[in-house]
Order: sequence, then C-alpha cells, then structure tokens
Amino acid sequence: MTLVYIHSENGLSKAAKEVVTYAKKLGDGVSVITNGNTAADVLTQLGEYGASSVMVDRSVSIEDHQQLLDLVVFAAEKTGATTIIFSHDLTAKAIAPRLSVRLNAGLVSGATDVPNESNAIRVNVFSGKAFGFVKVNSAQRIVSLLPNSIQPEITGSVCGVEEINSGAVTGRIKLITTKKPEGEIALPEAELVVSAGRGLKGPENWGMVEDLAKTLGAATACSRPVADIGWRPHHEHVGQTGVAIRPNLYIAAGISGAIQHLAGVNGSKVIVVINTDQEAPFFKAADYGVIGDAFEVLPKLTEAIRKFKAGQN
Amino acid sequence: MKILVCISKAPDTTSKIAFTSGNTSFDENGVQYIVNPYDEWYALVRALELKETLGGNVTIITVGNAVDESIMRKALAIGADDAVRIDAEPKDAYYTAMQIAAFAKNQSFDLVLVGKETINYNGSQVGGMIAEALELPFVSLASKLDVADNVITLEREIAGGVQVVEVSTPAVISCAKGMAEQRIPNMRGIMAARTRQLTVVPAVEIQELTSYVLYDLPVAKSACKMISPDNMDELVQLLHNEAKVI
Repeated sequence: MTLVYIHSENGLSKAAKEVVTYAKKLGDGVSVITNGNTAADVLTQLGEYGASSVMVDRSVSIEDHQQLLDLVVFAAEKTGATTIIFSHDLTAKAIAPRLSVRLNAGLVSGATDVPNESNAIRVNVFSGKAFGFVKVNSAQRIVSLLPNSIQPEITGSVCGVEEINSGAVTGRIKLITTKKPEGEIALPEAELVVSAGRGLKGPENWGMVEDLAKTLGAATACSRPVADIGWRPHHEHVGQTGVAIRPNLYIAAGISGAIQHLAGVNGSKVIVVINTDQEAPFFKAADYGVIGDAFEVLPKLTEAIRKFKAGQN
Repeated sequence: MKILVCISKAPDTTSKIAFTSGNTSFDENGVQYIVNPYDEWYALVRALELKETLGGNVTIITVGNAVDESIMRKALAIGADDAVRIDAEPKDAYYTAMQIAAFAKNQSFDLVLVGKETINYNGSQVGGMIAEALELPFVSLASKLDVADNVITLEREIAGGVQVVEVSTPAVISCAKGMAEQRIPNMRGIMAARTRQLTVVPAVEIQELTSYVLYDLPVAKSACKMISPDNMDELVQLLHNEAKVI
C-alpha cells in the first residue's frame, strides 16, 4: 500500500493531484490521508487520479506540524503503507524528516520522477546543476515529489471518503499570526511565472510586470536585489537563497542571470529572457531571448498575449 | 544560552560540477569547499548575535574527515567558541543527523541551529531528523529568530507569506534568508582560529537509510532563439506552437 499525505484547504490543489497520480504509478493501492475543510464530495475526486480510499481528520490543523506528523504516523500504521508520499513543499520539509526517524524509513527529498528500473529515484542535486539517483535501503520509504514534475492523470473513478479521528495531540509550537496576501497564485506551484529585476528601475514600474502576469494567468517573482531593497516582498524572491521554482514558463525581464539566480530557476521548462544587454549571462540559459528595453517589450508582449487569447476564444 | 550550530561543507557556488568513477561519485578535483552558506550566513551569524546580547556559548559541529577542518576554522574565525568534528564520512542525511543527535543528547543545548538546506544535496532533512531523535520541537525555514526568557519567537516561511510562531527552549530551528547578514572574519579572528583546539569525537554505529547510486548532468540547452522586440506576436506563437507552454 502507498500512503499519500495532501493538504486539502479549500479544494484540491494541482500538487495534490500530482502526488496521487505519482503514487498510482508505483503500482500498489493508494490511500490518501488529509486534513482541512474540503468537502467529502470533492475529496472523492481523488479516486479519479488513482486513490482507492481517502481518510480525513478535520480536527488536525495545517499549521501544527507536530499534529500533522502524528496524523501521518497514525495513517501509516493503519494502512501498513510501505511507501509514503508528500508534495515537496514547506509542510513536507517540516515533517518528512521527523517521519523518517520515527519510522526508520529512508527519505528521498524532491523526487522528480518515478523510481527507475533499478528502483532508484531521481532528485536534483547541486542546486539544480546535476541529478542524483537515490536508493532507499530500509523496508519502508518516504518520497517527497517536487511540484510540477509530473502531470496529473485521470485513470479511475471516485472513491470512498472516511472521516477519522486520529487522536493527534496539539504540538508545542504556538501560532501567533499569519501574514499572507490574499488571492495571489502561490509561486512554488505556479506553471507560468513572470519575474523582474533591477532593470525595472523602481517598485512603481511593477505595474507592467503585473499586467503581463495577469494576462497570462501567471505568478510574479523577482530577483534577490529587488527583494533586498524592498521593492518586492521576500517571498517573491527566486534564486539560491530564495525560492526554487520549476514552472513550465519563466519570463525574466531586467535580470542579468547571475549563477545564484539561475540556481532557483534552472528547473523551468522554458525560459524567456528580456534584457537590454546582449551580453547578459541569462541568455545562455534561455530558450528565447529578446534584446530590448523591458519598458517597451513588456507592454508589447502583454498586448500580443491578449490578442492571442482573444483569438483562441 | 548554549547554542549548537550544525555546519556542513559545500562546494563553492562557482565550482564546476562533474562526476567520476562511472558517474557514481562527485569529482572533487579542483573543488574549493566552503561552509554551506545557509549554515554560515544565517545559522552561525544569528547564533553569535544571540550570544552577544544574551551571553552564552556557541559550539559548531560537523560530521566529516580531517580535511574538513578548514571549514571548522572558518567558523571559529567568525566567532564560534568551540568546534566539534564527528570523525566520519557523512553518508546520508539520516547518518549525519543521528551522529549529531548522539553528541547533543546529554549536553542540554538551548538551541540547535541548522541551515535550511545544503547547496550540494538540497535535502532539507538534517534539522527535522535531529529534532525527532532528541524529541524536540522543530521550526523549519525560519527567517527571524529572537529569544527572551526561554521563549523563542520566530518568523517562518509559509506558501506565499510568513507566520510568527513561539516555542519554548530547547528547540531545533532551520535557518533561512532574512535571519542575519554574512560576517567577514577579521585577521585577528583568522589568526586565533588557526591554533585553536578542535574536538574530535568518534562516530556511533548508524546504518544509512539511503544511498546515492548514480549522478547525471542535464543536457545542455540548445542555443537561445533571439526574437526582435518589435515582433512579440512571433514570440507568442513560438511559446504556443513550439514550446507548447501557453
């Protein structure tokens, strides 16, 4: 049996569908454990991606990692799971290592593919500059799947949902406040990202970045100097010290492409670079390049996207 | 405050990444090792700042061989009080974490700090594993850390935002950007660190749970296709028809 932990706050995320699809590909039965407020008739759709059953404990808080850990341990014992899957997000980073010690089970962090023929799992190493293949030596294994590594696939039909009470106890870490802007696309999960750097010259010019992002349905991001001088919030900073992302499309305007920035975006499927300097190192890592001023190119690109979208409807 | 900071060696960011022995091990030829930036810039420097305001002692620990003593001396030069090396090749995150936990077990550290990940294996595993082995709370990806009257106040990253949390000492914290700024050691610190006694502790018996069996390099990108700034319609068509991303 493969056990999958997912978040299900306000519906099913793409990441949730990815991990269930991934678990299904491993060949065993798939059981899902979750918490949160998503209605049972929505959770039942996880069956379409391969789940044979879903357990939900409504009393466990997403914020309480200690409780979440107990919840997953409870479900692992109940199902006798030999593999436990997470999406490689902030929650997984907090609880998967603890689970590894608790169960004495090897942990593969940030898997980008299903196990190969010799049962080794591919991960990114050296900040995306190479791949490693990891073998687990223990009887049980834990895998956290890097978001946007595989596409969700519908293979089955709805499954049963069981409301449970795991008895997970409240942890010792007390939540004081949450600061979170509403209504934005979460950067690590975004398939399309528009990013900008110092070439934009000031925070007042971000309107054209936001216009393009909105027209595309993309998330916005920025380079390190821009976050450091406070033009944009820190959670938008992608790169070695910020967030590492791997969207399908990364559009970078006014970013030269220092090696530390590339470390955060080199997993992107397609990179478009817009820069006035034709010697900018980013062009070497790009698929498409535009030598030009972001102030002129971004509005033109937004207009072209708008026209394209109108033509599709 | 008694603080333990876990440090790891990592190849300098500009190192050429290559593999040897049929792609089964990292090619260390010509590689310059540094203290993993997250361990140094955030965990160690914040530990030193806390010591400077609250008093106490900062011990750094690494799992490694005698050749790794250069990173220990760098940490001492920046300002750590003591340096400990567990004498073993760090086989995987679990092995490393269990070695550190075995050392820390009866030493009553108030804080155990780790960097959020290493820049070579990027696993973000060691901190949580130490916390579980020591049965301590673990706060991951903290970008701010303050301590007053045995209460630790932290800001931690969450998807698209931050959260403020509190926990009593002792605890294990993984440290991310925002917590402190890099410190450059001065000449006096460097000279003093050269002759300092380093503590070497024998490893305990631990079975590693995972092994890296093979490495590979990504296929080089084909040349970037240049598009005129006056022809954004062409770019859109390429993204749609050729790259198939929109």
